[in-house]
Amino acid sequence: MFYLIQLLNAVQYGLLLFLLASGLTLIFGIMGVINLAHGSFYMVGAYLAYWLANATGSLWLALPLAVGIAFAIGLVLETTIIRRLYQRDHLYQVLLTFGLILVFEELRSILFGNEVHGVAVPALVNFSIPLTETLSYPVYRLFVTAVCLAVAGIMYFVMHRTRLGMMIRAGNSNREMAASLGVNISLLFTLVFAVGMALAAFAGAIAAPIVSVAPAMGNQILIICFVVVVIGGIGSINGALIASLLIGLADTLGKVVVPEFSGVAIYLLMAAILLWRPQGLANKS
Amino acid sequence: MTLPRSVLFAALLLLALVPSVASTFYLQLGAKIMIMAIFALSLDLLVGHTGLVSFGHAAYFGVAAYALALIAPKYEAVNFWLTLPAALIATAMVALIIGFLVVRTSGIYFIMVTLAFAQMLYAIFHDTKLGGGSDGIYITMRPELTISGFKPLDLENPVEFFYLVLILLGAVYIFLNYLLHSQFGRALAGIRVNPQRMRAIGFAVDAYKLGAFVLAGAIAGLAGYLAACQFGFVSPEILAWHQSGTVLMMVILGGMGRLHGAVIGAFAYVMLQELLSAEALFGVYAKHWQLAMGSLIVIIVLALPHGIGGAIDVFLHRRRVNSEASDD
Repeated sequence: MFYLIQLLNAVQYGLLLFLLASGLTLIFGIMGVINLAHGSFYMVGAYLAYWLANATGSLWLALPLAVGIAFAIGLVLETTIIRRLYQRDHLYQVLLTFGLILVFEELRSILFGNEVHGVAVPALVNFSIPLTETLSYPVYRLFVTAVCLAVAGIMYFVMHRTRLGMMIRAGNSNREMAASLGVNISLLFTLVFAVGMALAAFAGAIAAPIVSVAPAMGNQILIICFVVVVIGGIGSINGALIASLLIGLADTLGKVVVPEFSGVAIYLLMAAILLWRPQGLANKS
Repeated sequence: MTLPRSVLFAALLLLALVPSVASTFYLQLGAKIMIMAIFALSLDLLVGHTGLVSFGHAAYFGVAAYALALIAPKYEAVNFWLTLPAALIATAMVALIIGFLVVRTSGIYFIMVTLAFAQMLYAIFHDTKLGGGSDGIYITMRPELTISGFKPLDLENPVEFFYLVLILLGAVYIFLNYLLHSQFGRALAGIRVNPQRMRAIGFAVDAYKLGAFVLAGAIAGLAGYLAACQFGFVSPEILAWHQSGTVLMMVILGGMGRLHGAVIGAFAYVMLQELLSAEALFGVYAKHWQLAMGSLIVIIVLALPHGIGGAIDVFLHRRRVNSEASDD
């Protein structure tokens, strides 16, 4: 039973990572932009959820509002700043988005202070399923797992079954060709960036009751997303899914087996996979 | 691109005169700038001269600082001649292990993997009791620089510490200048421009990259060792990724691929940070200096694609072209 709980936690964490990593890899794969500020949007989502849940009294209202606001910020950022980076070297993309991180972090500090905040689990899902006499599993975690799975399913459907998904995939494999076939690349990029930001914010907002809302949360998760993307292979959504679940398992197992070195487990996994396949699991060399 | 030797000597001479006019505060600020300049020089070897964008360079800075902090007993000064090589060897070993893994990747992978491994070291120092955990460790006494009883420099004295840092900065600059003009340096330049072609004509590209990576790590270690001496305190933040971003910013700010650019960048960044965090100027907003710094970074990347150094070069070039035109 103990291991069932750990497995459920691993899957829940892995799927949450997938929401973030898929946004990161989508933006990189399609637009060629490496966006360090992705983690900041996870943080933005969590803080918006905290603020809006207090203001409206309901996380159910706060969730869509937070996602909507993040989407709007994404639209503004892409059209004013990110757009100018497409033709530039990765180095400058890294640096500019590093600057954005500093801006987001300080704005967070000015608006919300540096304390750790908690968000209450909504009453509707605030109970546990008893597994044995001593162990039980909180339903909110199951809810998060289900929602992440649903979002992953929707993403798969949009990418593989709709016209929009076809255009995104076309833009991913050959930007010039897609543009010459009549895809409005500029609009598509704006949309993809804003959706990526909204996904990251959604992950932050929905995780807020589990992880507690804290200053460094965006940076921590960004690095882990990088590990996911490196292991999975850049630009591959399927790779991101496999890698997210692997990382979820490695992290959870690490915490159970060697608590002191749990922070290192995922990097050891990354090192092992780099030795074996430097290009990532899903990419052909 | 290198500076004319006359300009270099003039700059060194000018720096050597600083202690005769500056107060302790400015001496310490000057030492800090020069330490960061050594750090930026080491990263420029990778980013500007080998084309490897490492985003985890703070790891090597931090490992050397921790090496000193862990060797140093609480109430006793350690020997400079033993601890510096020890710290540099430790750093080079870490750079060798990480470098072996990361040089197999390239481009955007390289950026992410170097960052991830640096965060791994951060996690080790942050989560375990090895270096005092998140509280860090104090180094109460600076290392002693003695040669068989004779003490040429007293590092506790701010003036003499300033001179030590100045000498080491000069040594690193001259060494890198020599290295980049050697066959090794030319091979690195070739790898930066076209690794496939270098591989095709028989260069062991990965071995050269690894060599540059370990060397850059060791020089960053020198900067980290000096920083630990100066601040007398080491915490996990010293190798957190903010630090890696900061040193990368210095390299870009000064204009990468120019050794003097790294020095200019370090000076510009530290002065900018001092200015933005000055309470006399910005009052209560001074503690939020990162907001202004972040915005400036965004603006600089958008407006000055080749950094301050590049802008100066363009300016000088334009003037030269103009004056040549008027000569005709």
